[in-house]
Amino acid sequence: MPLTIYKRSNPYLISGLLIVAATLISQLSINHIGYQGVALIYLLVVSISAMLFDIWPVLITALSSAVLLNFCFITPLYTFKIVSTEDVLMFFMYLILALVNAVLTYKIRDYNSKKRDEEEKTKTINLYNILLNSLSHELRTPIATIIGSIDTIQDQKAKLSETHKQELYDEISIAGSRLNRQVENLLNMSRLEAGILKPSFDWFDINELIFNVLKQNQEHAANHQLVFTPQKNPDLVWTDGGFLETILQNLVYNALQHTPKQTTILIEARLKDQSLKISVSDNGNGFPKASIPVAFDKFYKLNNQATGGTGLGLSIAKGFTEALAGTISLENKKTGGALFNVCIPSKTLALKDFEHE
Amino acid sequence: MNKAEILIIDDEPQIQKLLQINLESNDYKVVQARTAKEGILMAANHPPDLIILDIGLPDKSGHEVLKELRHWYAKPVIILSVLDNEKDIVSALDTGATDYLTKPFRTGELLARIRAAIRRSQTAVNASVVIANELEIDLVARIVKRNNEIVKLTATEYTLLALFAKNESKVLTHQYILKEVWGYGYQTETQYLRVFVGSLRKKIEENPNNPQHLITESGVGYRFQ
Repeated sequence: MPLTIYKRSNPYLISGLLIVAATLISQLSINHIGYQGVALIYLLVVSISAMLFDIWPVLITALSSAVLLNFCFITPLYTFKIVSTEDVLMFFMYLILALVNAVLTYKIRDYNSKKRDEEEKTKTINLYNILLNSLSHELRTPIATIIGSIDTIQDQKAKLSETHKQELYDEISIAGSRLNRQVENLLNMSRLEAGILKPSFDWFDINELIFNVLKQNQEHAANHQLVFTPQKNPDLVWTDGGFLETILQNLVYNALQHTPKQTTILIEARLKDQSLKISVSDNGNGFPKASIPVAFDKFYKLNNQATGGTGLGLSIAKGFTEALAGTISLENKKTGGALFNVCIPSKTLALKDFEHE
Repeated sequence: MNKAEILIIDDEPQIQKLLQINLESNDYKVVQARTAKEGILMAANHPPDLIILDIGLPDKSGHEVLKELRHWYAKPVIILSVLDNEKDIVSALDTGATDYLTKPFRTGELLARIRAAIRRSQTAVNASVVIANELEIDLVARIVKRNNEIVKLTATEYTLLALFAKNESKVLTHQYILKEVWGYGYQTETQYLRVFVGSLRKKIEENPNNPQHLITESGVGYRFQ
């Protein structure tokens, strides 16, 4: 927006220059337009300043233009005296008009920006409500499971079979992990929002890192196939391992949660042109076409989604990718299923450099 | 043998309770402190066999407590903290923490760490042969065997494995390993570590991609078991 450019440069200097320009033009054309015409030109300058700047430079513009009008154009010329009553009237009318013009324009601008702020605020509140709704669901469900299961075990100890007891214990354990994951997501999201996310770089073996993520997901993956074929002796990658794990973790978990049972989830990684390219794809149902552009939006969830979720995972993956100056994209494969591509610019180090060790 | 005594310094009553129940049912004697001041005092009056230390204490950070303890307390200190900030963990380990776990933790995991830490602090450090399932590391003869077959290691690979073996089931930070194996000035040269851990795994692990001996502790270091 050009407005911001003007705001950043010195407003006093610019309005000063405008006034000088107006004065010069008026001097040249005074014979044709008369000093009433000059007054109109100055008024124009004041209006322009009022559209661009804060109240103070505008008021000063208004006052200085009035003084210049008197000094340079109202007879007797080059004095501050005004002789005829008509000119006195003209001078004060100009002064008042300029000031009113300045104040009114400023007020309108102020009102507009306040209105924008309010709209922004309403938007945030709406987003917040969505968050609260999905959160209260996502947090309360596991809490309800924990409290309910414990109550059952305590109150009906005698009536419960061992199998049922074991099932309740399992439910408590699952609910606990789910709570933990949601809190983790929220923390990551607020770190992203706060803009305090600074990567700390180090050398990483990409195979080791990916296998580590897969290992963490193994317990959720009983009904899915997680497939990763490591590259033989890949170069080391200069990146933030924690960030990369968070990205992969969210993509893999997302696939595990939202694809049908027996789906194969394929993870591929390669280094090419000083970039680390990782893809996570599946042979599930893919994304509805309309939802692809908004899939990474915060709190976005597919309709009829069975397993819930806060709608944070993919936007966290995107946030961490961008924190590493990378890009993330989503498409449906021709053969069906979703394909996520992550591309992160990375320095690499070839392993053969160590062979002499 | 007398019961091993464990001091828990944690301000959360629920965590205290959980730990107490777990430890007592596993034949440990438990003493509890709710603040840093109380904890240091209790440790000084009657040094326990192991200390479980929380980082977020009301009167002082666990890091400071650890620093003070390490002036005179040489037995294991296990950090138990909600902070999963890797830098925090690394700093605690470098200040002399024996091990760490982040809350929420698995109690089975905690008990295993406690057992390992106490065992290491009680048995003579100079065990000459370390055995981890199918793996046998003879630190005197400098021979490594896997399923009774000799594994050929380069000098650096052996030094690295020997360091791990001497610190069985203890997490070692990247910086510490680099300093011990490659020497001063190499503490930030993580690339050496990545490469040699990779090549070591190929030689000693059944499946190098799913290591059972040389475990990665993300962002912190490695643990040998």
